Amino acid sequence: MKKNSYFKKFMVIALALAMVFTFAACGGSSDSGSSDSGAAEGAATIKIGCSGPLTGGASIYGTAVKQGAEIAVAEINEANPDLQIEFKMEDDEADGEKAVNAYNKLKDWGIQIMMGTVTTGSCIATSAITFEDRVFELTPSASSADVTAGKDNVFQVCFTDPNQGIKAADYIAENMAGKKVGVIYNNSDPYSTGIFNAFKSEFESKGGEIVAAETYPDDTNADYSAQLTSCKSAGAEVVLLPIYYTPASVIMKQAKDMNYAPTFFGVDGMDGILDMEGFDTALAEGVMLMTPFNPWSTDENVASFVEKYQAAYNEVPNQFAADGYDAIYALYDAFKAAGLTPDQANEEICDAMIGQFTGGFSYDGLTGTGMTWNEKGEVNKTPVICVIEGGIYVDK
Amino acid sequence: MIFLTNLINGLSLGSVYAIIALGYTMVYGISKMLNFAHGDVIMVGAYISFCATSYLNLPAWVSVILAMIVCTALGILIEGLAYRPLRGTGSLAVLITAIGVSYFLQNAALIIWGSAPKVFTSVFSGFGSSISLFGGELTVTWEALFTLVAAIIIMIGMTLFTGRTKVGKAMRAVSEDNGAAQLMGINVNSTISMTFAIGSALAAIAGVLLCSSYPALMPTTGAMPGIKAFTAAVFGGIGSIPGAMLGGILIGVIEIFGRAYISSELSDAIVFGVLIIVLLVKPTGLLGKKITEKV
Amino acid sequence: MKMKIKNGKLSPYTKNSIISYGIVIIAFVVVTVLNSMGAVSSSLQGQLVPICAYIIMAVSLNLVVGISGELSLGHAGFMSAGAFMGIVVSGMLESSGLPDGVRLAAAVICGAILAGILGFLIGIPVLRLRGDYLAIVTLAFGEIIKNIMNIVYAGVDSNGFHLRTNPDLGLEESGRMLLNGPMGATAVQRISTFTAGFILVLITLFIVQNIMNSRQGRAIMACRDNRIAAESIGLNVMRYKLMAFTVSAALAGMGGALFGLNYSTLLPIKFNFNTSVLILVFVVLGGLGNIWGSIIAATVLTILPEALRQFADYRMLAYAIVLILVMIFTYSPKIKMFTQGLREKVFKGKNKTPEPETEGGV
Repeated sequence: MKKNSYFKKFMVIALALAMVFTFAACGGSSDSGSSDSGAAEGAATIKIGCSGPLTGGASIYGTAVKQGAEIAVAEINEANPDLQIEFKMEDDEADGEKAVNAYNKLKDWGIQIMMGTVTTGSCIATSAITFEDRVFELTPSASSADVTAGKDNVFQVCFTDPNQGIKAADYIAENMAGKKVGVIYNNSDPYSTGIFNAFKSEFESKGGEIVAAETYPDDTNADYSAQLTSCKSAGAEVVLLPIYYTPASVIMKQAKDMNYAPTFFGVDGMDGILDMEGFDTALAEGVMLMTPFNPWSTDENVASFVEKYQAAYNEVPNQFAADGYDAIYALYDAFKAAGLTPDQANEEICDAMIGQFTGGFSYDGLTGTGMTWNEKGEVNKTPVICVIEGGIYVDK
Repeated sequence: MIFLTNLINGLSLGSVYAIIALGYTMVYGISKMLNFAHGDVIMVGAYISFCATSYLNLPAWVSVILAMIVCTALGILIEGLAYRPLRGTGSLAVLITAIGVSYFLQNAALIIWGSAPKVFTSVFSGFGSSISLFGGELTVTWEALFTLVAAIIIMIGMTLFTGRTKVGKAMRAVSEDNGAAQLMGINVNSTISMTFAIGSALAAIAGVLLCSSYPALMPTTGAMPGIKAFTAAVFGGIGSIPGAMLGGILIGVIEIFGRAYISSELSDAIVFGVLIIVLLVKPTGLLGKKITEKV
Repeated sequence: MKMKIKNGKLSPYTKNSIISYGIVIIAFVVVTVLNSMGAVSSSLQGQLVPICAYIIMAVSLNLVVGISGELSLGHAGFMSAGAFMGIVVSGMLESSGLPDGVRLAAAVICGAILAGILGFLIGIPVLRLRGDYLAIVTLAFGEIIKNIMNIVYAGVDSNGFHLRTNPDLGLEESGRMLLNGPMGATAVQRISTFTAGFILVLITLFIVQNIMNSRQGRAIMACRDNRIAAESIGLNVMRYKLMAFTVSAALAGMGGALFGLNYSTLLPIKFNFNTSVLILVFVVLGGLGNIWGSIIAATVLTILPEALRQFADYRMLAYAIVLILVMIFTYSPKIKMFTQGLREKVFKGKNKTPEPETEGGV
């Protein structure tokens, strides 16, 4: 095949020019941010950056965190004209490589505190860099123990995966004693595997029996019939689903189709299942889940947040949105309590914030009251076990 | 009994792959291109059907027809705008363009329908949930039954269509020898458009059936089934209609059995491993034609 | 590098080599100088190593797709093997006190060796197939490698190295998990540097250009252009193609190790079909067989999504449209004819010298 060489040259030159432009675009820090919640002009402003998946398969989580955080930022900026927050969220597609890119982009923007990242894998990737850069990081939802391990600057709003697994095991061992337990988990997801491993060792040490532990890899999220058949034939009465709600919704439907009705026990990833468009909430009737956030709670703060969220985004907030909201408030409160000002260097802010978070700072939020943090960066709060009845969560 | 349950699940999954693979194989046969955007047309079809039933409250069968019409139009549009300008430039350029189209459809869907997964209401929900046999020990869902039936009907229909009708014969002629077909007065452009139209209509049906069985609908829903169906088409011998059917069913059954009896972690590796072995023994797939080389 | 001068002109291969090396060296010098002046944004700084890794991936894939004419859809599998091998090697040497550079070199070499062995083993069956069947089998192998990485657990303690297919490694308290199945590697020491990336790109260029310019390379290209004719003059097609495939895999493993050691965590799922396709896009867009085209395409397409960040949600949509348009404008016969006509008008009377072609049809 004879190719047109002049044209080829032209294309290559065009590509090279495009490269120069992109270099230039990267060089000059463009401040037309992807999602910039502005602050009032003239006032002292803290720049809080966040990265999370806004496109791709996991974008639901990033979007929820972003929306929750934006409500908190709007509230704070309205109430405190003297110390404002400028919040910027970058997309990382839940991918470690893109998350590092997103963080670097935020660095060019002048990030002072990192709120994020949303997903575990990308959080491990960025926290290694924030640790070197001495930027304080509070993740709303990255729950693996690896996120904080060995990094004094990283703290979590959510439970760690092992903690959730242990709490779930304790609850099932105490309240559903003697029942056969099956598990279906996503073995290519650190979140899911982390909870399962902790659950397994705790549950077995308490004398429980896991009759079926079935896995599925991320790619084949379509069909769970083989896993359900194994659980059913092993006689599992309780099926633990330490997974996110999208696959869980399919699992519930397929279980019903095969006339299999165990008690499904979800963890915080299950939160959100009731808001799925088109989901038949009857399928989730009786599902138990461990969640730090109940949007139907009568708590005043929760009710106000849910109302604002619904008005702004026309959907019921899930736990990720509440985590994002809490993370912003916790950062802001700690920042004020430490007596910091935005013109200080990132290192100073980071060290003072670490001092605050490990020095008895306590925060009452939507996802728990009296949250405190330990040296490892883990949060201490009590999980709530809910059961789904009539399409809402009822505290158990 | 567990064996039977797994077999039925495998057949059901395999039938969906088979319908998608039929679309792949037809398009490949005529244009010799791997249309990687096919999986995403499936996703569009499912979203159209979802919108029609949930927002417009149309009956399920109307939503399926609507999805088929939209996907047919989409297929013709994609072919005309993205693939036709590249005809005759070798399959690699078109392959990359197809990948571009696939990215485009996924991201357009993300912007139009948002990232939150939607739960697809089965088009067979009117029948009740499932059929119980042997005193409830074995259950067969209506979705599984109808998917299998639909796959068989479509396969027979396509075989008759390509074998008996004038348009179908024209398709075969174009796929055999593009230039000679043109000399015989066949309008190659419209024949290829027609093939894309049929392939995309099949994709719409596949999308509805896929999401009826596995109801989580996201912009990335079509990607993995698309790759699996592509595997199935090659497995059965790409370009062959019964081959696509056989390949689809086998891939589905192997996947479920692999997951149930060997390792759920390695089920994909097992599927691809079997594919490799088959291709090494029979390099053109199970029912593929052996192409003799001319010097 | 042998300089071949014919009729006072550089041979096409020599000319292409000079352009490739030139681009890389100039880019390195410019970036290093700008960096020392503090003129490079963090965003670009963070992408320097991945860009080097992607250039290595693209150039090595070009050896298979462009030079040897086989469509491979599983290149990310070799990258994965190299990356995780590199991480394991670097992790095991962590306590040895060797300098980072030496550890990186060891990791890169081991990654390349493992990927090369895999490439050799996979190449034997794969290269017996042709065309799209070959493509699907490479895709299958890529997926299998990814799947297998999902069940590999490795750790190191004072008793040495442990490798199992379940997480129960029985490590001592002081032991360290290196590979954790689907959770991949965490707490990786980031020892990749831009300079190392630059050196590896040069090594890759040197190897690939030399193969292209050698007897074997010409044999491979002869097979690509007309297999039957090549066989009829007694060329051992299989042997040369297997060599190209193995070298390409080994280089991909090298790129993978560089990439893997640039991040503190790496998941096996990162190296899926989409990554293979991404690299293939670099190769096709840069021009089949055109090495410096691959270099530029890999660089531009890695930076482009970052540069498009201000378009937020529309970013990937814009990327897709750019990709489709570039493909149509580069390859469409009609547009080519149009530009050719235009050129003839503009350059009327200018003496046309036939340009050497390095591209091959597929």
